[in-house]
Amino acid sequence: MRRVAITHVAQSSGAESRESLMDFTYQINREILDKAGLKREDVGCIIAGSADIFHSGLSCANAFDWDGIGAFLKEGSRAEESAMSFIYGCMRILSGHYDTVLVTALVKGSENPDNDPITSFYGDPFYLRPVGINESVVAAMQMRQYMERYKVTEEQCAKVAVKNLANALFNPYADRKRRVSLKDVMSSERVYDPLKALECAPKSDGVVSVLLASESRAKKLTKKPVWFAGYGCSMDHFNPGDRDLLNGQLKTAAAAAYKMAGVRDPKKKIDVAEVCEPYAFQELLWCEQLGFCGEGGGGKLIDSGATQMDGALPVNPSGGVLATNPYPARGLYRIAEAALQIKGEAGEHQVGKKVKTALAHSTHGFGGQCHSVVILSA
Amino acid sequence: MSKEEYRIVKGQVMVPYELALGRTWSEFYDYLKEEKIMGKKCGKCSRVLVPPRSFCPRCFEDMDEWVEVSQEGVVETWVYVNMPFFAQEIKIPFISAQIRLDGSDTGFIHQVAGIDLSDFDSVRETVKLGGRVKAVWSKEKKGNILDIAYFEPVK
Repeated sequence: MRRVAITHVAQSSGAESRESLMDFTYQINREILDKAGLKREDVGCIIAGSADIFHSGLSCANAFDWDGIGAFLKEGSRAEESAMSFIYGCMRILSGHYDTVLVTALVKGSENPDNDPITSFYGDPFYLRPVGINESVVAAMQMRQYMERYKVTEEQCAKVAVKNLANALFNPYADRKRRVSLKDVMSSERVYDPLKALECAPKSDGVVSVLLASESRAKKLTKKPVWFAGYGCSMDHFNPGDRDLLNGQLKTAAAAAYKMAGVRDPKKKIDVAEVCEPYAFQELLWCEQLGFCGEGGGGKLIDSGATQMDGALPVNPSGGVLATNPYPARGLYRIAEAALQIKGEAGEHQVGKKVKTALAHSTHGFGGQCHSVVILSA
Repeated sequence: MSKEEYRIVKGQVMVPYELALGRTWSEFYDYLKEEKIMGKKCGKCSRVLVPPRSFCPRCFEDMDEWVEVSQEGVVETWVYVNMPFFAQEIKIPFISAQIRLDGSDTGFIHQVAGIDLSDFDSVRETVKLGGRVKAVWSKEKKGNILDIAYFEPVK
């Protein structure tokens, strides 16, 4: 099979930008092309990760997006979930049609309503919306079940926010920069009890681009290609009531990605993970389902320190989604951060250990309806 | 240049939609008007889904058999919502819960009310996972999900 590499990465800060979405997008794409020494005309095809209407205030947002990404007069496509735009990009190289593909995800969260009203519109208007559902409501239901079933404590859940926001202090691109103590998190407003305000992700701006290349092209473009090694994705039922909220589709997605990448023991093989945790406790639950610890072991995992920046399996050295949440772009941010860790170019949030294999995860929908897992290797 | 010198356009968009409920949802709401909570049973996997679907999403087969389920059930999980959000008409605070109605195989999402919501900790003592609740009906029926006003703990 042909191989695909990430050769270059560029990302904006998650903080509010005063530029228009189009200019904001252009600046990062200009940056990545300059880094790679390429002109727009040199890139084979372009894939966007962006969201319509609710996240942008623009209908058919890809029509507006193409100019800033540099995609006009080219083949282009778009996915609303940016981890999926990444896999589309890989496929255009794997199929032999292109040697380079630029994948860009973009959003200006600062310009649109809060996440809760936006995610309430995931719900259908006949049933779920009138009874007051949104992503935070389902997450809080999931958290209560998680604590009850596995005796994970509220403090253990809160520790994820303490860890990730501390990591974010060393990430120049992070949005929420604030050192918080366990007490700060525990005493923050109980917005969706048992969820507290500091356990919920903010709403961020963000443009992130990765340049993909075929093996031969990648070796010419960079000394440190990061190889695409595995991918898995799985979708659960729409209605949260049809599912076991603690046993969703992440295990299925991870198993597919691990099989493709030849990862037999993820706990040993994965050197660092960038996990999508819009709610603090979800990092613990996702770590279990990714095989980093046993079922119900998420609380002990955070207590052990293994997922700290200098631990055996650092999770979210970038600060994760709790620090920076450019909603539809956050999956590609995880992939870009995982690639930077392999390249050794993560700067002050580079983990202590040598990184050969990294995992990036993305999720969207109520309580993790959809999960994508990407494995990258040196 | 200061941020204020970059201009911002404020916008609000209101566009009308008309979404079809289809036959199964329409019938479900007609039953609610009669104070009956109906599910549909899958002929293949035998699960009873509430709300009902016209097809079983797992088996991907038509579902034809209507089954009345109990108006009582067990709280599978719940949240105390203390955050107002745009377009949400239920006044905070409220409790959103996933309830397994007796005779059904799915979680039914609705409110738990009829209790004192003034204090978090006392609510945690009243509403429990595994606790039993029963439907309280709205006096005036509109043929929608809020014909069930809420569920209240069974004493």
